[in-house]
Amino acid sequence: MSALASLGRTTLGVLAITAILGLAYPLLVTGLGQLAFQNEAQGSLIRSQGRVVGSRLAAQPFTAKRYFHPRPSATTPAYNAGGTTFANLGPTSPDLEKTLRANAAAIVRLEKPYNPGLGVAGVPVDAVTTSASGIDPDISPAYAALQARRVASVRHLALDRVQALIALATDGRSLGLFGEPAVDVLTLNLALDREQK
Amino acid sequence: MNGQGLAQILIYAALLVGLGYPLGRYMAWVYSERFQAPRPLAVVERSFYRLVGTRADEEQTWKGYAKSACLLMAVFSALLYVLLRLQGRLPLNPDHLAAISPHVAANTVASFVTNTNWQYYAGETTMSYLSQMAGLAVQNFVSAGIGMAVLAAVIRGFARRSRRELGNFWVDLYRSLAYILLPLSLILALFLISQGVVQTFSGHATAHTLSGATQTIARGPVASQEAIKQLGTNGGGFYNSNSAVPFENPNGLTDFIELLAILLIPAGQVFMFGRMVSARRQAWPIFAAMFAMFAVGVAIALPLEQHGSGALRASGVNITQSADQSGGNMQDKEVRFGIASTALWATATTDASNGSVNGGHDALTAGGGAVPLVNIFTGEVIFGGVGSGLYGMFFYVLIAVFIAGLMVGRTPEYLGKKIEAREIKLAAIGALFVPTLVLVLTAVAVVTHAGLASIFNPGAHGFSEALYAYTSQTNNNGSAFAGYGATNFSTLAGSAAMWLGRFVPLIAALAIGGSLAEKKTAPASAGTFRTDSPTFAFLIVGVVILTAGLMIFPALSLGPLVEALR
Repeated sequence: MSALASLGRTTLGVLAITAILGLAYPLLVTGLGQLAFQNEAQGSLIRSQGRVVGSRLAAQPFTAKRYFHPRPSATTPAYNAGGTTFANLGPTSPDLEKTLRANAAAIVRLEKPYNPGLGVAGVPVDAVTTSASGIDPDISPAYAALQARRVASVRHLALDRVQALIALATDGRSLGLFGEPAVDVLTLNLALDREQK
Repeated sequence: MNGQGLAQILIYAALLVGLGYPLGRYMAWVYSERFQAPRPLAVVERSFYRLVGTRADEEQTWKGYAKSACLLMAVFSALLYVLLRLQGRLPLNPDHLAAISPHVAANTVASFVTNTNWQYYAGETTMSYLSQMAGLAVQNFVSAGIGMAVLAAVIRGFARRSRRELGNFWVDLYRSLAYILLPLSLILALFLISQGVVQTFSGHATAHTLSGATQTIARGPVASQEAIKQLGTNGGGFYNSNSAVPFENPNGLTDFIELLAILLIPAGQVFMFGRMVSARRQAWPIFAAMFAMFAVGVAIALPLEQHGSGALRASGVNITQSADQSGGNMQDKEVRFGIASTALWATATTDASNGSVNGGHDALTAGGGAVPLVNIFTGEVIFGGVGSGLYGMFFYVLIAVFIAGLMVGRTPEYLGKKIEAREIKLAAIGALFVPTLVLVLTAVAVVTHAGLASIFNPGAHGFSEALYAYTSQTNNNGSAFAGYGATNFSTLAGSAAMWLGRFVPLIAALAIGGSLAEKKTAPASAGTFRTDSPTFAFLIVGVVILTAGLMIFPALSLGPLVEALR
């Protein structure tokens, strides 16, 4: 085959491969996925009174005292599910040290009135560190437990009721083995709002 | 390490063998001459061969094979570049994203065509759906398929006697794509959707949050790309934060399955090799050497991440592992994965040339970050990239055989083939070219102003960022200390690194295959050094440490070691 002929043949191959793997395959997966798992395929969106209030899989900002708060986020603006990012601060970065201290102090200030005797040593690590995605939907059960007293007090709810709602919003390890237990913040806050409607 | 972390790792190892072994057997059959697809599939296969002007029984020498592979990569590169530059005017762009700049487009072409998937862009804010699926995801398939095809050809070189041909590139590529990668991707993609991975053409969603703000949620055809990204050791995420984003990797189970997908095919290929050379026992020392290096990596990275960084301990917060939290270095990690799953992933993704991440590597502790760096620096041979991992490992295997031959004073032999000066020269080029290029590029990047502009973190960690960037790109891994930024210098140096790092070992391996195929096979005698013994596994590990390990040690002591001592 001449050089030009093999270039032509290769180009035909490239177009055929692109058509099958680049168009037919993703379209087939989309079709099957939308048929069988529409909610998941569309982004696990949560609706309330007819409008989308968020996704089960993305953190959103919460700063009010009556809500559980998610982990810090490095995206711009924070909790931007349209532009995920790491913080990329290295383990010896002076900025990281400063941020961690400031975050820990802020949490102690916020939670101490409801958790007498709380010091920095009582703040779980996930509360002060940025997540990898910037939209980590979860907090650790330890961080949820720390926030429970504040939320219960501000909402005038019994602590054990709030703890029960935390348990409902907690995903254990997959198959009891893979990953770590995690509390979905948006699910939990929605459940709290519903409780007091 | 606690019981649950250990159990996860043991199950991982068991599945790697339990699934890799039958997969290897299947793949050996797919590449064999007696393979016959079921009738309708065989019709499609034959018409593809007619389209590209070849026949299933038309074989090529190593040079012909290499030419076909290079030509295909060249045409795909041109198509991908055009696609990226024109995406603003093309369909399937619901979020109206503009064209990619020339430097980033050229770097991205190099990155995806060479199976690297280094990303100087943030996927969800840069790439249209068309660019993602018809451009990048296609390269995820094809770059993996080319690696697999080349491996099959090189192995035929070991298996054949007195022949000049190594097989037909188009046939090996087609079979890799149609009978291995595509079916596995389909199954994995559907499973991922069932768990919450997004797959839609609806564009982004807008949410009205409980606090009264609006939130944009990026979506797209994610699951179809995620599947091949993991299976084809590609690693380029749909989203900027890659497999850490819940829409790519929603829970502990998807994390484990995606992690398994990283090493599944490379592990299977070791067993495939044993079958293709009709000496199944020969696969085990190679598998054992790879697995041992993988296990050591996990055993180092996991406790160090659990121990946490100096900054974390100094802050005084609670980093102790308990039933209520994973503790440890949670900076740039996700709660649902915690320390064990993230450390396991960081090790596996850099053993293979995958490079996807489920946590930020820039924030790893000094020691936890050194493990991925060393893994990649070995040349991606600890299982390694699909195809490229094992053909890269053959360089070390041949050097090991050569050293053993020198020690016992006989002509070195492997699988009955005499290993002579030509093969050893090629193996040395294959093993040494890439690490040398890494060190040169890193040196340039840390002494020039143009190079220094990319560094994000101050001090020794900044050096680690540059070292990691060129190690990752030259070895076609693609993971990053992601603070390292895009400049004209870094995109160009990176492109050069990725092209050279792909082609030089690929061509050296094919040349070795061609050279071996022409040789006769001599029966083993009493003086033959056994290459199916545990001793040989030790010898392979020793050679990897001697060549790659010693080359990276000085650089390692300037970066991670200084950080650790701080």
